[in-house]
Amino acid sequence: MAQDDNGGHELTTANSSAVEHARAGDPGTAVIVQDAVPNPGFPTHRPRITDINPVKQRRAERVVYTLFYLSIVGSIWAIAAYMMFPIESSDPGSVRLNTLFIGLGIALALLAIGIGAVHWGKALMYEQEGIDLRHPVRGSEVTIERAVEIFQEADQESGFSRRTVVRNSLIGALIAFPLPAIVLFRGLGPQNQNPVTLLSHTMWKAGTRLTRDPEGTPIKATDVTLGSAFHVIPEGLNETPDPLEEKAKAAVLLMRLNPADLNVSPARKTWNYNGIVAYSKICTHVGCPVALYEQQTHHLLCPCHQSQFDITHEAKVIFGPAKRPLPQLPITVDAEGYLVARSDFTEPVGPSFWERN
Amino acid sequence: MSTTTAAPRAAKKGGFTAAAANYLEDRTSMSAAVREFGRKIFPDHWSFLLGEVALYSFIVILLSGTFLTFFFQASQASVIYDGSFVPLKGVEMSSAMSSTLNISFDIRGGLLMRQVHHWAALLFVASIGLHMLRIYFTGAFRKPRELNWVIGFVLFILAMAEGFTGYSLPDDLLSGNGLRIIDGLIKGIPLVGTWISFLLFGGEFPGTAIVGRLYTLHILLLPALVLAMIALHLLFVVVHKHTQYAGPGRTQENVIGYPVLPVYAAKAGGFFFIVFGVVVLMASFFTINPIWNYGPYDPSPVSAGTQPDWYIGFADGALRLIPPGWEFVWLNHTWSFNILTPLIVIGVFIVLVMFYPFIESWITGDRREHHILDRPRNAPTRTAIGAAGVTFYAGLWAAASSDLIATHFMLTIEGVIHAIQAIVVLGPFVAFFIAKRVCLALQKKDRSIALHGYESGRIVRLPGGEYIEVHERLDEYERWRLVSFESYQPLMLRPNSRGKITVGQRVRAGISRWFFEDRIAPVTMRELEEGHGHH
Ligand code: FES
Repeated sequence: MAQDDNGGHELTTANSSAVEHARAGDPGTAVIVQDAVPNPGFPTHRPRITDINPVKQRRAERVVYTLFYLSIVGSIWAIAAYMMFPIESSDPGSVRLNTLFIGLGIALALLAIGIGAVHWGKALMYEQEGIDLRHPVRGSEVTIERAVEIFQEADQESGFSRRTVVRNSLIGALIAFPLPAIVLFRGLGPQNQNPVTLLSHTMWKAGTRLTRDPEGTPIKATDVTLGSAFHVIPEGLNETPDPLEEKAKAAVLLMRLNPADLNVSPARKTWNYNGIVAYSKICTHVGCPVALYEQQTHHLLCPCHQSQFDITHEAKVIFGPAKRPLPQLPITVDAEGYLVARSDFTEPVGPSFWERN
Repeated sequence: MSTTTAAPRAAKKGGFTAAAANYLEDRTSMSAAVREFGRKIFPDHWSFLLGEVALYSFIVILLSGTFLTFFFQASQASVIYDGSFVPLKGVEMSSAMSSTLNISFDIRGGLLMRQVHHWAALLFVASIGLHMLRIYFTGAFRKPRELNWVIGFVLFILAMAEGFTGYSLPDDLLSGNGLRIIDGLIKGIPLVGTWISFLLFGGEFPGTAIVGRLYTLHILLLPALVLAMIALHLLFVVVHKHTQYAGPGRTQENVIGYPVLPVYAAKAGGFFFIVFGVVVLMASFFTINPIWNYGPYDPSPVSAGTQPDWYIGFADGALRLIPPGWEFVWLNHTWSFNILTPLIVIGVFIVLVMFYPFIESWITGDRREHHILDRPRNAPTRTAIGAAGVTFYAGLWAAASSDLIATHFMLTIEGVIHAIQAIVVLGPFVAFFIAKRVCLALQKKDRSIALHGYESGRIVRLPGGEYIEVHERLDEYERWRLVSFESYQPLMLRPNSRGKITVGQRVRAGISRWFFEDRIAPVTMRELEEGHGHH
């Protein structure tokens, strides 16, 4: 170590504290100055006002015990407030009063103890600073040698390094025994399901009616006026056994634009109905609901990380960390004029995942 | 009064206290502990209180949290709310949400306890962060305390995990949205992400398992880890003895301060009550996390302008700063670099911070114990690195409020994001440069004050007609503060015993040069004497 460091060993001479400090180890590239200014030692101690003036001392005592008594008052006040300020379900303000007055009592009780104790410590307790000596953290060489010896003896007596087969088989067993516990955690998720299949489908099917979120009432194409937007769920969602999981995939935003404003790719010619388009509401970034619709620009904004999607260009990303456009739900109308899905989404909705391609 | 009759000798002096002490001593040998620790010295400085705040707020969290567990139901079983909060009456929600509403509206003092718990948690993470900055900028992480730095850092991460799991428990709209983001993040991890999310949520997001699982983490596993780490952390503080700032009489071989009994106990014990009291005061006056305004979780409603708890901000901000398009399909799999980049960058940042003590000691090669703290200016490069790190973190953190900044100052979202991107990438370099220059300037000023004293403002005309300002010399105690530090010089490359210069040494020498090339040495005795000669 020493030869690669120009640690000023050449410079080191007699400064006692520097030398002692250096004794504890290699100083590396630290420059040890030979004629460093010496430590002047402790300044003379100045007594506090309460040490010299008995009147001040008595006053400090009074302050301390007054605070402690005040603390008792605070505790009693808190208990009284518990009874005096009940929560009435008819009065929303009662919760605030209950919280406030119980809290004030407890805070007074605590703060008065705290301030009193600190004041006692600062103003009245003996205040000369003490000195502890430090010893190197490393134990004495004798202790260390003995520790090494103990390990050697234990090794001798057990034959840990001699009996290699015994030792290695033990290591193998110790590695293997936690494995079952890890496997057991497979049970955290349902056994006979595959997340990739689940993520690839939603409850939209050909003919599923688009309904309002959260009421579940169907929407007529004629209800959707130009420039309006609807939060949509599939019909029957509220009756499914796990509506939240279904909703987390199937939530849709419905908007009507002037058909001339829409730039529709050939494959999607039939996916909108007279300028009415439906897009997944689940952000393709990490899955927040994207539902801030700017009517003028036809942009959708995700409130979580501000990804912006352009509805006139099939929800392609124009800003923000999301990469993929929001999936479009192909829609049409049924015989009664209600909006229905033509099929499920043609790709998985929501955040990206490894198996998606 | 003594109740002992069988051992009158023990009882006759001191009465009940002595008898009780004797009883315990015979069974525990506790006098040894009192002798060892009773008069242990702790140095005093306001910056040493930051760690104490962290410790005390954790105790407050444990106490208030225990109270909450008696009422909270960590279940996502669906119920119809029928409590006192009228606007949500009849709404379908999970038991978790409904029991949290009951704590807030049907149990006297319940809302107070919820708010104490939440405020104390925010304070816990904040005080750990400030404590870490204090440790960093004063070099308190140097040998022998490197491992304790790592333990402290693990505590910081555990504290954030505690915070996030707790935030998710009420199952309200915001916490559900937070989990939604976590779910999306996890899914972005290559190879295992989809399955981790599937297992974590017990099937598809959101499922009905997550709140119960987070609850187990939040009240069992994580607190146990935090407690174990705190115990270890404090054990090391005792083993190492506390660091101290340079001052007259203070050396590497001593600790100057107050004994545990009585002064330190009074001050630290009192300070616990003050911290507790302040938290209760905040909880009495300021509402936090009003879940009743948000309603139960539903994957569909929008929530514009909502913010995570402050300590998660940096991660959320990092997600926002990724430019469009950082995701692609390759080898038939999706590579979400819009998610991986923040994870990797934050991961690298964490590892660098965590291992900083080892990096610095590798560069300096210094293997001595350091118990005297550095003034930040006396370690300019370290301080500058710290300033760069803080700037980086602050940039990420600000990004989490990009939408609020934009709406508040009438700016475009795009403009704000681009500005913060610049801050996060370039800001650290600027901060580094400025901080380093400031440190060096302060060091120069210290030197000149140590040598020539303060400017007294008194102008004197010399016999020759020349005007000078009289400088007031320092006394030796004041001067000691300014001169008692060490500096390092860049490593000079020398061949090792086999006559080779290894690559490692070259790297080390390069970093060492960068670290220590601008060096201001402490004033020496000789310079001081020459300085005297001037006037
Ligand atoms: S979840 Fe929409 S931008 Fe991140």
